[in-house]
Amino acid sequence: MRREKGSQLKKRTRKQRLGAALFLSPSLIGVFLFFVLPFFVVIYYSMINNPILGEFVWFENFGNVLRNAAFKIAGKNTLKFSFIAMPLSVILGLLLALLLDRNIPLRSQFRTCFLTPMMVPVASVVLIFQVMFHLNGAVNRFMVNFGADKVDWLKSDQAQIVIIILFLWKNLGYNMILFLAALESIPKDLLEVATLENANAWQIFFHIKIRYLTSTILFVTIFSLINSFKVFREIYLLTGNYPYDSLYMLQHYMNNTFKSLDYQKLSAAAIIMSLVMVVIIGALFLVENYFGKDVEE
Amino acid sequence: MKKIRLSKNGLSAKRKKQIVGISIATIITFLLAIVFIMPIVLTITNSFMSQSEINANYGAVFAKTEKGGKVFISEIVNLKFIPDMVSFSQYITVLFKSPNYLFKFWNSVILVVPILVFQLLIAMFASYGFMRAKGKLKEIIFFLYIILMLMPYQVTLVPNYLVSTWLGIVDTRWAIWLPGIASPFAVYLLTKFMRRIPSSYIEAAQIDGAGEWQIFKNICAPLCKGCMYSVAILVFIDYWNMVEQPLILLSDPEYHPLSVFLSQINSGETGLAFAVATVYMIPGILIFLYGEDYLVEGIMYQGGVKG
Repeated sequence: MRREKGSQLKKRTRKQRLGAALFLSPSLIGVFLFFVLPFFVVIYYSMINNPILGEFVWFENFGNVLRNAAFKIAGKNTLKFSFIAMPLSVILGLLLALLLDRNIPLRSQFRTCFLTPMMVPVASVVLIFQVMFHLNGAVNRFMVNFGADKVDWLKSDQAQIVIIILFLWKNLGYNMILFLAALESIPKDLLEVATLENANAWQIFFHIKIRYLTSTILFVTIFSLINSFKVFREIYLLTGNYPYDSLYMLQHYMNNTFKSLDYQKLSAAAIIMSLVMVVIIGALFLVENYFGKDVEE
Repeated sequence: MKKIRLSKNGLSAKRKKQIVGISIATIITFLLAIVFIMPIVLTITNSFMSQSEINANYGAVFAKTEKGGKVFISEIVNLKFIPDMVSFSQYITVLFKSPNYLFKFWNSVILVVPILVFQLLIAMFASYGFMRAKGKLKEIIFFLYIILMLMPYQVTLVPNYLVSTWLGIVDTRWAIWLPGIASPFAVYLLTKFMRRIPSSYIEAAQIDGAGEWQIFKNICAPLCKGCMYSVAILVFIDYWNMVEQPLILLSDPEYHPLSVFLSQINSGETGLAFAVATVYMIPGILIFLYGEDYLVEGIMYQGGVKG
């Protein structure tokens, strides 16, 4: 009797497994066909000298890419951009959330304003950004009023500033929503007790709110870092395929390598980039595992 | 006696301080909100300018490759909030006179809609599969999905390109559609949601003799409706905004979506550019106005604040 029940249970779990596999199969086929399997080919390509001879040269291609001057500039620019854009988008996102977390009128309307840029295609607002940051554009005219010198924003070393502004404009709303949600999850009575005990706003922020925000701050930090690697789109739309030197990012390097169809270089560069990404994503996971549960439960 | 008076004073002072604080916060927020929507509002208002007004104001910005043309270009760039004369001429040209723009708009639609529909459909099945599957292998595969989702296009486009050449679909829309449909993003978000469905629902259905398909169709799919809207909005913005994939996988500009086309608009047509840009952002804004709450929810699922 008992055995029968056991076998029935086994049958059911087997059925469940089969069912799960069936449901997963369309997606699995797609992912393996378009991403995973060709990625192994990419690894293969990155280690041979050329597709026709197919001789293994192991890490020579990687060395070539890493020594390439364009790759170095691109890497440097990307890192510079990321390490300015990332902290700014975390801090400003948090400040926006703190503003909206107060009892101000028209809160939801303000939230809408900050979120709208996310829904607008970059290509649509690029024109206005070009008008604003042109040599004779609105920003320069405004600055000249205060006695500053004209800057040709998109064609000088200041070009990254424009991209950072565009990046922040587009992404701050997203970060703000996450911080707002985290702020709302702080138990209200805790804050009330603190106010009753005459804690000032700074004390409440640093001793209570920050603790509840830790996991969100870390998530937003890493997510912003990942997003900052995707900034090619904005730069391409603003300045085209060959931007000013300081805007030449890793993605430009990849795109231009695509054009020349140099599979070895392309594959090696893709693998280098994906290794960096895996490290960052790994950090994201550690963070989620370490802090995520701590706060939620 | 003295103490009571003090606390009374203290209270009113505190209240005053609160009011001042909130007023300052409101003013700052208000100014920031204006800065945030200004580029959008300016694009829209400028789309109502006539070509001559655009040339007079922004000629210098867009005159890049003019080779001795006779177009008058003013040196000063004059950012204007409201056109001198409201003119619908740009819209009339974009919508009725020159079909090229509508073609590109159509290109954007035809690239996005199949991806949206089929990525979500496949993701519905897959997320149910991930919820029901057990064991280490499932965890590894799901982790793989997350890594893929977070990779920048420049990495994932290399394998995409290789497969497309093998299948002979480079330079056709299939090269955008198929990797887009297979993209793991929707699977990730929906799985995160599905996992929150109480297992008691499913166990109860199983006791009643429901099979996997019935559990999926009658219990899980209906519960996912709200989350589907959220995911759909996020997927839509991502692909409506796409630039990288068509640049590499579609070499024929004929097939390019409006996003790529807009950046290549030549200086003779700058007047139209604002009108085209406005038309291009309308779907996103409409979806946003109707589905802002779903968007916010989607962001929260993604950010792990919820789920």
